[in-house]
Amino acid sequence: MTRDITATDGVTLRVHESGLPGAPTVVCMHGYPDDHTLWDGVTAELAQRYHVVAYDVRGAGESGRPHGRQAYRLDQLVRDLAAVIDAVSPDRPVHLLAHDWGSVQAWHAVTGQLLRGRISSYTSISGPCLHHADHWLRARVRRPTPRAFRELVTQLRSSWYIAFFRLPLLPELAWRAGLIQRVLARTDGAGTPTAANGVNGLQLYRANIMARLAALPARTTDVPVQVLAPQRDPFVSLSLQTDIARWVPNLAVRKLPAGHWLPRTHPHAVARCASELIDYTERGAQARGLRRAWRTERERPRFADALVVISGGGSGIGRATALEFAEHGAEVIVTDIDQQAAERTAQLANTLGPRARAYLLDVSDRGAMEKFGTILRENHGIPDIVINNAGIAVAGPFFETTVADWERIIDVNLWGVIHGCQVLGGLLVEGGLGGTIVNIASAAAYLPTRSLPAYATTKAAVLALSQCLRGELAQAGVGVVAICPGFVHTNITNSARYVGLDAAQEQAAKQRATMLYRLRNFTPRHAAQDILRAVERDATIAPITVEAKAGLLASRLTPGLLRALAKTDLIPR
Amino acid sequence: MAGKGLTDSAHLGKFREVQQLAYAAAESVAQTLQPGVTEKQAVQWMREYLHGRGVQDWFHVPFAWFGDRTAFHNFWTPVKFFPTHRRLEEGMPFILDCAPVRDGYMADIGYAGCLGTNPVYEQLMHDLAAYRTLIVTRVREGAPLRQIYRDVDALIDRHGYDNRHRVYPGRVIAHQIGTVHSRLPQFIAAGFGIRSLQTLVGDLILERMHHRSPLWADGEISNHPATPGLWAVEPHIGFRDVGVKFEEILVVTPSGDAYWLDDDLPHVRRWQQAAAAS
Repeated sequence: MTRDITATDGVTLRVHESGLPGAPTVVCMHGYPDDHTLWDGVTAELAQRYHVVAYDVRGAGESGRPHGRQAYRLDQLVRDLAAVIDAVSPDRPVHLLAHDWGSVQAWHAVTGQLLRGRISSYTSISGPCLHHADHWLRARVRRPTPRAFRELVTQLRSSWYIAFFRLPLLPELAWRAGLIQRVLARTDGAGTPTAANGVNGLQLYRANIMARLAALPARTTDVPVQVLAPQRDPFVSLSLQTDIARWVPNLAVRKLPAGHWLPRTHPHAVARCASELIDYTERGAQARGLRRAWRTERERPRFADALVVISGGGSGIGRATALEFAEHGAEVIVTDIDQQAAERTAQLANTLGPRARAYLLDVSDRGAMEKFGTILRENHGIPDIVINNAGIAVAGPFFETTVADWERIIDVNLWGVIHGCQVLGGLLVEGGLGGTIVNIASAAAYLPTRSLPAYATTKAAVLALSQCLRGELAQAGVGVVAICPGFVHTNITNSARYVGLDAAQEQAAKQRATMLYRLRNFTPRHAAQDILRAVERDATIAPITVEAKAGLLASRLTPGLLRALAKTDLIPR
Repeated sequence: MAGKGLTDSAHLGKFREVQQLAYAAAESVAQTLQPGVTEKQAVQWMREYLHGRGVQDWFHVPFAWFGDRTAFHNFWTPVKFFPTHRRLEEGMPFILDCAPVRDGYMADIGYAGCLGTNPVYEQLMHDLAAYRTLIVTRVREGAPLRQIYRDVDALIDRHGYDNRHRVYPGRVIAHQIGTVHSRLPQFIAAGFGIRSLQTLVGDLILERMHHRSPLWADGEISNHPATPGLWAVEPHIGFRDVGVKFEEILVVTPSGDAYWLDDDLPHVRRWQQAAAAS
């Protein structure tokens, strides 16, 4: 539904409404040089649950285009917003969702008196409060510590265009000549702004930025505010958007691996984040991601409110990692081919952390993995960390390793990781909020040995896959970490298959290997602690244990030595 | 201390009394524990309680472990077993362990508790019941002690816990106990009453001649079914920074049957109540 509303100074505002009439109202405010169509992708999703309103700000789209910069002062723009709210939701406070210059206006509204009590929540994307920006800038000029200086330079480097827009006539000519459109065409998600929007909107800069030299008074708000800060925003730096907690006590901040035009490039993520804040203020129910986003002085566990999924979590490194994450505040989903073992891990994790659940899953079964992905998404949400840990071992000479042995180990160790990355890692990419995929490879991936041809082959493939995927997913903000453990004392020595040995010899080999690993005494818990650290620093390859680290170094410095050592039989007899 | 004749009902009655007394001491002290109490204080209170009720000597002096010390982390030297100035805090697990001797009869008990609530402690205590059942069943079946030790290890592994009794001197999960008759003066050496040690050492020599040991661990010397007599069995399991144990007397009869001397003990009552409640 479309209608026109008349602003206090007679300018007409074009308002578009959609969604459920009785539901909470969300008012979307676009920036410069966009119009309400910026929100098309987002409103399509929000309209399924809310009453959604998107209007063309004066000077843009189908709204009126007053002359003179006074008509574009922020106080007037807030009066426009008030007129819209009066028309679309006269009796009930609304939720704001704003981008860029829309965000600047919305900040002015939530920190001002005119709309006090009329706004329940506010989700801001890439637009600061001008008063906060003024304080932010002055604080850094006054105390130019190295960090402050760096932040200042970063922001000023992004803001050169503001000075250009304040020049007379030149920017108008640039718009009319299509120069600015050509520059913007190279920016992800900028769309195809019209010259009219571009030219009229210049008044926003001229009327409001550096309108006076004296410091602006501080403006605060007690409305809950969520800042969605794109990490690759070329115009508004992260610090300018997020270092504002002293004026906004109820502040949640989420950094998104994206560019400036988030509503256009990541409509799903924007809709999800906005709904989480709306639902929280309306009903008190808080989604995990939002819980994690609140800025607080209180110290929180390292992985508080993260959702971690781990395969093969019923024993060994998998179980220890699940427990370690749980102990550091994460909600853990454990899968294993042995359901009882997975449930036991979840039970233990529940004694340490917030919540844990177990699922039966054969990672080599694509259908099962897809089904699990759907269940995961519906029941628990999109994970933050996906750990592909499930693996098996086959030891013994190449010619004794049967086709069935090869198929089994490739199915679990390689296909399991491929399915995990595609299905569960796919959820991370789709969620748009970044995350980490952890693949458990092995030091065997770079330490050739005649004793583990099948195992080492699968693990080398996992390592290669992880590094390729890391390159591909960097843009999506999803880190891919390859973990390469050495001799960690787990039941893998006991469950391994030793080819080319009879039952008695195999049993003896298992016992000796287990004993040697026990003497090595590197516990799964130690490995798990290293894995958590690797996730935190987003390591490309994380060798675990001294021998794995030394081996990695040797594989780069003296590969010939390792090739010579590969001739040694490692199977204890 | 060798087991001959100890399984007579008259003797058993006396052992049961001392064991009840030792658990009463632990329970009584446990009830008075408050935040701020140190291990040394708890030990002193156990000592006073037992001295006041006719205890003359110790198999070993009372021990108290608070917080992560219940899991014996970094107990590289036996000195670490002795009580410290560690103070109890809300939510902290603790273990009280004492081995009094009264009128020549000894008991050796372990009591695991917690000040307030601690989910890890609750889970461990719940799971500890399975070890009590497993051990008596396997002894009755005549399994070698070493094998039972490994079965316990396997259960610990399935549970996802750590074996903490391997930290005890000799990695023992149990040791034989008996009556103490000695002309030696009452004296404590390295935490053990020398009169009891005299008997234990005598047993060690005697049993070693039969290729057995009064100490039950996972070595070759424990590769035999349980010797008739009384065994103080103390499975000690740990998870993260919490350890729990019980320690009580297992009776092995000359015919090879086995049973726990007494079921009226705090941990057993706890499991019975939990079973009744569910």
